[in-house]
Amino acid sequence: MSEIREKVDVCVVGAGHAGCEAALACARMGLETVIFTVSVDSIALMPCNPNIGGSSKGHLVRELDALGGEMGKNIDKTFIQSKMLNVSKGPAVHSLRAQADKAEYTREMRKVLENQEHLTIKQAEVTELLAEKLETPDGLATKKITGVKTYTGAIYEAKAVVLCTGTYLKARCLCGEAITYTGPNGLQAANYLTDSLIKLGVEMRRFKTGTPARMDKRSIDFSKMEEQFGDEKVVPFSFSTNPEDVQIDQVSCWLTYTNEKTHEIIRGNLDRSPIYAGIIEGTGPRYCPSIEDKVVKFAEKERHQVFLEPEGLHTNEMYVGGMSSSLPEDVQLAMYRTVPGLENCKMVRNAYAIEYDCINPGQLYPTLQFKAISGLFSAGQFNGSSGYEEAAAQGMIAGMNAGLFLQGKEQVVLDRSQAYIGVLIDDLVTKENFEPYRMMTSRAEYRLLLRQDNADLRLRKIGYEAGLITKEQYDYVCKKEELIAKEIERLENTKVGANQTIQKFLESKGSSTLKTAASLAELICRPELSYELIEEIDKERETLSDDVIEQININIKYDGYIKRQLKQVEQYKKMEKKLIPANIDYDDVSSLRLEARQKLKKFQPINVGQASRISGVSPADISVLLVYLEHLRHNKNNQ
Amino acid sequence: MKTDTIAAIATAVSDAGIGIIRISGKEAIEIADRLYRSKNGKKKLSDVTSHTIHYGFLYDEEEMIDEVMVAVMKAPNTYTKEDTVEIDCHGGILVMHRVLEAALKHGCRLAEPGEFTKRAFLNGRIDLSKAEAVMDMIHAKNEFAMKASLKQLKGAVSEKVRSLRDEILYEIAFIESALDDPEHISLEGYHEKLEEKTTHLSAELKKLIDSADNGKLLKDGINTVIVGKPNAGKSSLLNLLVGEDKAIVTSIAGTTRDVLEESIKLHGIGLNIIDTAGIRDTQDEVEKIGVEKARKYANDADLVIYVVDSSCPLDVNDEEIISLLCGKKVIVLLNKTDLDNKVSEEDIKKSFRKIYEGMENVYEQQSLRIIRTSTKENTGIDEFEHSIKDMFFEGKIAVNDEIYITSKRHKEALMEAYDSMQMVRQSLADDMPEDFYSIDLMSAYASLGRIIGEEVEDDLVNEIFSKFCMGK
Repeated sequence: MSEIREKVDVCVVGAGHAGCEAALACARMGLETVIFTVSVDSIALMPCNPNIGGSSKGHLVRELDALGGEMGKNIDKTFIQSKMLNVSKGPAVHSLRAQADKAEYTREMRKVLENQEHLTIKQAEVTELLAEKLETPDGLATKKITGVKTYTGAIYEAKAVVLCTGTYLKARCLCGEAITYTGPNGLQAANYLTDSLIKLGVEMRRFKTGTPARMDKRSIDFSKMEEQFGDEKVVPFSFSTNPEDVQIDQVSCWLTYTNEKTHEIIRGNLDRSPIYAGIIEGTGPRYCPSIEDKVVKFAEKERHQVFLEPEGLHTNEMYVGGMSSSLPEDVQLAMYRTVPGLENCKMVRNAYAIEYDCINPGQLYPTLQFKAISGLFSAGQFNGSSGYEEAAAQGMIAGMNAGLFLQGKEQVVLDRSQAYIGVLIDDLVTKENFEPYRMMTSRAEYRLLLRQDNADLRLRKIGYEAGLITKEQYDYVCKKEELIAKEIERLENTKVGANQTIQKFLESKGSSTLKTAASLAELICRPELSYELIEEIDKERETLSDDVIEQININIKYDGYIKRQLKQVEQYKKMEKKLIPANIDYDDVSSLRLEARQKLKKFQPINVGQASRISGVSPADISVLLVYLEHLRHNKNNQ
Repeated sequence: MKTDTIAAIATAVSDAGIGIIRISGKEAIEIADRLYRSKNGKKKLSDVTSHTIHYGFLYDEEEMIDEVMVAVMKAPNTYTKEDTVEIDCHGGILVMHRVLEAALKHGCRLAEPGEFTKRAFLNGRIDLSKAEAVMDMIHAKNEFAMKASLKQLKGAVSEKVRSLRDEILYEIAFIESALDDPEHISLEGYHEKLEEKTTHLSAELKKLIDSADNGKLLKDGINTVIVGKPNAGKSSLLNLLVGEDKAIVTSIAGTTRDVLEESIKLHGIGLNIIDTAGIRDTQDEVEKIGVEKARKYANDADLVIYVVDSSCPLDVNDEEIISLLCGKKVIVLLNKTDLDNKVSEEDIKKSFRKIYEGMENVYEQQSLRIIRTSTKENTGIDEFEHSIKDMFFEGKIAVNDEIYITSKRHKEALMEAYDSMQMVRQSLADDMPEDFYSIDLMSAYASLGRIIGEEVEDDLVNEIFSKFCMGK
């Protein structure tokens, strides 16, 4: 009997949020793709919180959608409540968050995968990566990927492999003293791939994360909690979704609080927590701390918020947001039962912490390809990030670049001024992260430009060029861009005089009267006015769609700030354009400080901008590097 | 907003009359035009032919600063291959600084150490074979500037800058955590609180800027270190020098008990005096640290005062001390002349010669002066003060030039921080949403960081996680 041997273009390992996007991108680019999962029933599983989006994460989903990704469309089909966060704040920090029907989300995504041309789903554990030595090194790469091998010995030859293993590598779940060697939700862990990676020279590390308990809805007293409603008018995630299709009946979430009694129980049982007892080795994230972490680190806080969120329409399970824990089950139950409304709660699933292997993403290019192994890409929690949205965004870039790599085209790198996705990936591959990385709005220095409302204007073109956006979709954005520019120009050039009609109009809107003539744009600039509100005195206007009007308002109202950021971006881009050759020998750059030299050798930045963001590399080191590069360039030209 | 047109003093800073301010970059001539007025008031530098020199006056707004010659050189035939203006002024150090300051105020940025040369190189003006030399120069100048900057900043000032930065960072972290986790952290009523905070921060920054103008930010004097064995009379000497009739500028307690720092003026010459712990051969760990400290301070000093108890014969400890004084200007005080005299001037000279045997140039450099004093009876102190004065005016001890540049750099950073704070106040007044505040708060934070040599890195994210409880 001989083994199974198949030939494909791309293998995607893992079918979580990263894997799904990566596989869809490759298949949609016309490449024969196989996606491996330990369980076909857990495609696009949401093992933790039942929502998509949130501050800055919502931005990622919109950007992903603009590039041609699936997450936005899928949540639009399966959400049960939706909210635009931060609406009282500036447009740059408005962010969508939707509660998902988890089972529906999984089912819908599976349907999309199953019906995607060029894509095959395979239930199997990948245990080994196949690679061969390159005869002549390609940049920093000394090896190239040739395929994968599964537990049963089947071999899939492929020219590119995308690793999206999530939390499954050597996973173990901890609940007090009870330890199980499984992935999330009791799914089978992947225990072999780590060794194969180490053999290939990949540096591994261990992270941890956690999830709270799920309660039986019938055991909860909602009368003791505050009801949290969705928005009256829902905004869809996807630019392709018709807004009318998402105006559905929504379900509520519920808010309650911990109290001193809860904290007492936690403090009294800390010695039984695997984290405080030192059993957990992995580094956990600071941004979604377990409830025991919150109680210890913020001892002065008398109470912490707890959100009860439905896991779907056809289940009684409720997610207990804000109370993840790795305490033993008995302590968990006692602690949850101190919370108003949960006095008689019944736990369907207990909270647990999970530890898993992942990589130091400094080993990747910003294209998400391994520097040392040609054709090997990776995305998601495997890269040390956290969150469904962060995973999906990377999955898209890794998949798209694997496709472009096979097509022999230039790969896509989004920079920090283009997208949150750019910030996410640049942070991952350039900075030293010591915990699972979460997207945050404060990480995006050009966030006034990176709004969720203009993701299509920023990124459709890139998606189109990669073949993931249709001509029709792209033309729509081009047209939109043109309409916005034209209308703003008209508004800036249309003056209204200080005549009686205008003054009366202004008074009626509670706005101060004019002393001299003013442009319509100047009027829109006033906090109390907007494009819509001045319709009465703007006779020549043509009918425009809501999304165009939104852009006009924002661009006019925040013009000063936007121009300032554009100027900063101009400075930033200068350094991003200065490329560093892959074969640079930092030992030859004599005047670098020792620390800078070591860091540059370790990270091998692709351009001077990236180099300048590595901690330990000073502005003086950058000056020295610039002089050196200029020297190299001239020497090359003279040869 | 940072521009790409840079300015700096191109000649060594000295009291010797003439000095040149160089401006280079796209807007060089335009900026110079804002400062320059010809005799008849009609000439515009932007109209003149390249590579010509023009007589006139330099103004900061309506105030005349100096009578100058201005050379206008257009790209590409200049040192940096950019438009370049050189202003020749005549009025000494102070005037040069006024001119530089005016250029900064009207749109220039202070050049980074080595930046003119860097530009010259990058623009192809300097021979490529010199790449290594250029890199070394940039490296050295930056290291020096950084060292000088930290060394010269008064302890109390860096403390202040640090605490202002902490305050700013806290506010940014609060805003950002509320933006990232709006359901856990609310910004209600924050507007008023931030308004108060920025009033306070602006006032504090203003104070620092004023003290920069008064030269109070930096230790702008001769770095003087007093060394000697325990009980030789070092502290008595310091007390005498800073006594009632002398002007005490500041008094900053050192980082450890064994170092005391005083700034005084002697005959109009500023001295920063550091009194070190007594040096003796010891097994005591704490004392050993004291000796190490004294060694470090002596190494950084412009002038070392070595106090000897002349009632005790010289011993190995004195040899240890003398060996610390390599390359330093030294005044030896033979103290306690009111007691039995066991050490002569000749003994001292002999010891120095013995230790620096075969190093004639070191001995020469030290320009050793020996003075007999009694701190108890206050004799010889006048002679000692006059010696310092003489050494200064003979040019044997000099104040580091870098200090003037450092002070400009610090002031520029403070001004930027102040301007950013005003932008925040403007956003508050305009009732902008909260996410707009943190943009300028962050710029202020970064500007202040440059003064104490700290980069921004991941400060904000760390602050958010340590101060605010986020999380699902």
